[in-house]
Amino acid sequence: MKAAPFHFHQPATLAELAGLLTSLSNARILAGGQSLVAMLNLRLVTPDHLVDINKIADLATLRQTGGTIEIGAMVRQHTLLHAPLIAQHLPVLVEALGHVGHMQTRSRGTIGGSCCHLDPSAELPAMCALLDAAFTVNGARGRRIVPASDWFAGLMQAALAEDEFLESISITPWSGKHGYGFAEYARRHGDYAIVGAGALLEADGEGTIKRAALVLFGCDTAPQRLPQAEAALVGTRAANIDFAGLAAAARAQEMMSDAQVTAAYRARLAGIMMHRAVKAAQGRLNKERP
Amino acid sequence: MTAMLTLTVNGRDMSAAAPANMHLGDFLRHVLGLTGTHMGCEHGVCGSCTVIVDGQPVRACLMLARQAQGARIETVEGLAQDGRLSPLQAAFRDHHALQCGFCTPGMLMTLTALLRDVPNPGESEIRAAISGNICRCTGYQGIVEAALAVATRNEASTS
Ligand code: FES
Ligand code: FES
Repeated sequence: MKAAPFHFHQPATLAELAGLLTSLSNARILAGGQSLVAMLNLRLVTPDHLVDINKIADLATLRQTGGTIEIGAMVRQHTLLHAPLIAQHLPVLVEALGHVGHMQTRSRGTIGGSCCHLDPSAELPAMCALLDAAFTVNGARGRRIVPASDWFAGLMQAALAEDEFLESISITPWSGKHGYGFAEYARRHGDYAIVGAGALLEADGEGTIKRAALVLFGCDTAPQRLPQAEAALVGTRAANIDFAGLAAAARAQEMMSDAQVTAAYRARLAGIMMHRAVKAAQGRLNKERP
Repeated sequence: MTAMLTLTVNGRDMSAAAPANMHLGDFLRHVLGLTGTHMGCEHGVCGSCTVIVDGQPVRACLMLARQAQGARIETVEGLAQDGRLSPLQAAFRDHHALQCGFCTPGMLMTLTALLRDVPNPGESEIRAAISGNICRCTGYQGIVEAALAVATRNEASTS
């Protein structure tokens, strides 16, 4: 099928974009387009106005300011996958990126697009939840920062008003010797995961865990952090992680059911993926990275 | 809603009008008459429409023609030079890497992009690169062998 007609806008600055979003109705923002253009072609969405933000250079910056990595909404997945800054500080993101779509979709797909589209099985929003990212939102009414814990407003619904846009995502890296793990199960490489998991661990010189973060995705409408299991890890020896307990905690999370995948199967996968992610994080803890 | 576009396709400057809702694949085929780029699913899952835009492989069905203003596009029509197949195209013929040929332009453009970035990829890199391209005929084996043959030749010529 072909996209229904729409008016096409290509703002060059953040101010122009903010102005357009205030004045247009039934408008959609076009970022990398790897989900939206497919939805347009299938006429699943029929906006009157399409606002292409690919020409706004201010949205495509990737930089380190102080201890924080700031990723512009329009930074491409391909760029992130090959950026030394990301490899050094956010290795779990690099590992997740290898599972995002394919070479041809990563060339155009952006981190901001993934985080606004919010497919429940998407890897990048889940990694933002895992890393406690902060979302900088902008618009004619000004800037505001939304913590990851408030970003997921509902199924495929980010905490953005119609006149707002995502400007950048800020992430504070964990210490240099943190352990990280990522695991997902998908029917084919590059598909959205059925279920995936991510884990971060930090330990002191004696091997006692000081900080832990765990996330599941593909299970419910939005990525799920496991605060109780995280708290239980803190203070335990990394060598004595209770993997069976972690897998049970993962299985006990809220699970959706759909035509292809039952809740029971998702729960089973959740236990296995969580086990694999934490195991990988444990193995990398306090290791020098190449 | 129609606007004039100027862009470079296979090294030639071109200019033509495109409606806002036309994707790059239809623009190449129906407006520029370059029918080598094949449209399969038109929603980003089959990879048959892959072209190279500013050096990067992209799905032509997931990019609007208007977004290609000023871009440098390479399509399968640009691979052969002076009537001679590119090394990858020749390897496709030698290794039976195609039957019906529907997926072939997308496979060629994807692997051409890969081989520029990584001149000597291994089998797993090749398989990962074409994981976004569906072939209903070959079982992929011949395609992988063709790409490996070019990779091996590249290695021999650099060592
Ligand atoms: S036609 Fe573009 S991916 Fe299938
Ligand atoms: S050769 Fe027929 S689909 Fe690949």
